[in-house]
Amino acid sequence: MSETVLDVRNLEAGYEPGVPIVRGASITVRKGEIVVVLGPNGAGKSSFIKAIAGLVPITGGKVFLDGKDITAAPAHTMVRLGLAFVPQTENIFPLMSVEDNLKVACGILERREIPARIDEMYAAFPDLVRQRRTAAGNLSGGQRQMLAVARALIVHPKVLVLDEPSAGLSPKFVSMVFEMLAGIRKSGVTILLVEQNAKAALAIGDRAYVLVEGKDRHEGIASELWNDPVVAELYLGQRPLKAEKTPHAGKGDAA
Amino acid sequence: MSLQFIVDGLLTGSMIGLGAIGVTLTYSILRFSNFAHGDFMAWGTYATLAVVSAIGATFGKVAPIGPLSFGWPLIVALIIGMAFTALLALLLDKVLFARLRSQGQAIIVVMASFGASMALRSLLEFTFTSRPTYFSRAIQIAMPVGFGIRITPDQIALLLLTAVLVLGVHLLMTRTQTGRSMQALSQNAALARIVGIDVASVVRVTWIIGGALACVAGVMIGILVQIRPFMGFDMLLPMFAAAILGGIGSIPGAVLGGLIIGLAEAGAVQLIGAEWRAAVSFIILMAVLFVRPIGLFGVRER
Repeated sequence: MSETVLDVRNLEAGYEPGVPIVRGASITVRKGEIVVVLGPNGAGKSSFIKAIAGLVPITGGKVFLDGKDITAAPAHTMVRLGLAFVPQTENIFPLMSVEDNLKVACGILERREIPARIDEMYAAFPDLVRQRRTAAGNLSGGQRQMLAVARALIVHPKVLVLDEPSAGLSPKFVSMVFEMLAGIRKSGVTILLVEQNAKAALAIGDRAYVLVEGKDRHEGIASELWNDPVVAELYLGQRPLKAEKTPHAGKGDAA
Repeated sequence: MSLQFIVDGLLTGSMIGLGAIGVTLTYSILRFSNFAHGDFMAWGTYATLAVVSAIGATFGKVAPIGPLSFGWPLIVALIIGMAFTALLALLLDKVLFARLRSQGQAIIVVMASFGASMALRSLLEFTFTSRPTYFSRAIQIAMPVGFGIRITPDQIALLLLTAVLVLGVHLLMTRTQTGRSMQALSQNAALARIVGIDVASVVRVTWIIGGALACVAGVMIGILVQIRPFMGFDMLLPMFAAAILGGIGSIPGAVLGGLIIGLAEAGAVQLIGAEWRAAVSFIILMAVLFVRPIGLFGVRER
């Protein structure tokens, strides 16, 4: 099997000391894969991925990128180390033009490399060329997501990490974003994403993990996971465990 | 009424505007109102004065440049003074603001800046006394330029200097990676870190620009009016008014806000009397904010 790019071991993280949100989660991402992290609301998915990107304090465990320990690396050094993160919301600079949004992310590139790299991004995301002088805050939801992804890709990351790229988008844009991610993987970029929209994410993913209460509880091949009864229990809450008392288990109960 | 108020207003406006750039940058990037900014002006001016005196003691009397009231020593001293004021701002950030900022409460940093302002001012009074002093006591002949307006060579030179500095800062903010990083940090600090911007270095640049421009504004006051320990503190409210009027975070806004307030003050002195000087700028400020609460060049947070 191909080499491991991102290796997260027993990660513990949380905003306040003594109140961990992520409680010992481990995943690996191999070169060229799309790995999806699923989980019910409040499972700590977002905190997990933010901790990897250096945005939530890590209290235990290790994160390795290409074999290098990046556990304690500050957030602003992540792009240089090869990890580019796309937050769920507020992932563009709204008052700056589309082009300046791309340029501002080029800090680690050689100065003479930047114009060509921006052109490559425009070639990959033609929608952005037409809007290059527009303030990014005026873009549609789907275009914002494109810009955020282009901005992350511009620095040749070893792994692209996304926090719920489909959140808040209309169904039309959701499929567009996932097609875009599938296309990016084809160009050789490794992708790790956290996603609420399990069906769409599993359709493009290679492997997936299910995170519950801050721990990785299940791992599998993405295409098989959708029909996996354990996942249905853990994630969808459709079939509550027999032993567990779950008064609020089914969303459909109220109806 | 005489149109002389236009020249007077533009000059006062330039001083206010150069100071307001620092205020607006500190506010938008570090997210607090720095009440010590006026005292950076005064410290920069006294530092420049000290260097001018030192040069005078070393090289003897130096002839002024052309029709101006000052020679090369003041220009050299101004550059040294700008560097000194930038260092002072960096030092104050390191020992005071940065520590309090990391604890999160903006109001604490604001109050600390108020304390720093008083301490800096008292130190100046202690060292240089509160008696006014001057760069030059030479009297300049104002040249008539038509429409009853008169202007001195110093005033022309300082207006040009302001224009060059404002243009320079504007280009820095909009055309360079440093400027884009500053914009990015003011719009979304978390995302700025994610895209690889080192917040600490951007904060340093912010203080350097703010401090250096405060020094220039102070020296302008020193050349055209007089040098006193309170010279910067007295500019504080007009500077904040200009920054808010122009829209917090906007460099062109801060300068335009400064010019509007400068012109309004000068006009008010002529029309309704000098005692209304300060009031007029606030009436204008409030009027603009009622119509456009985000200021002239301000942009709504999205």
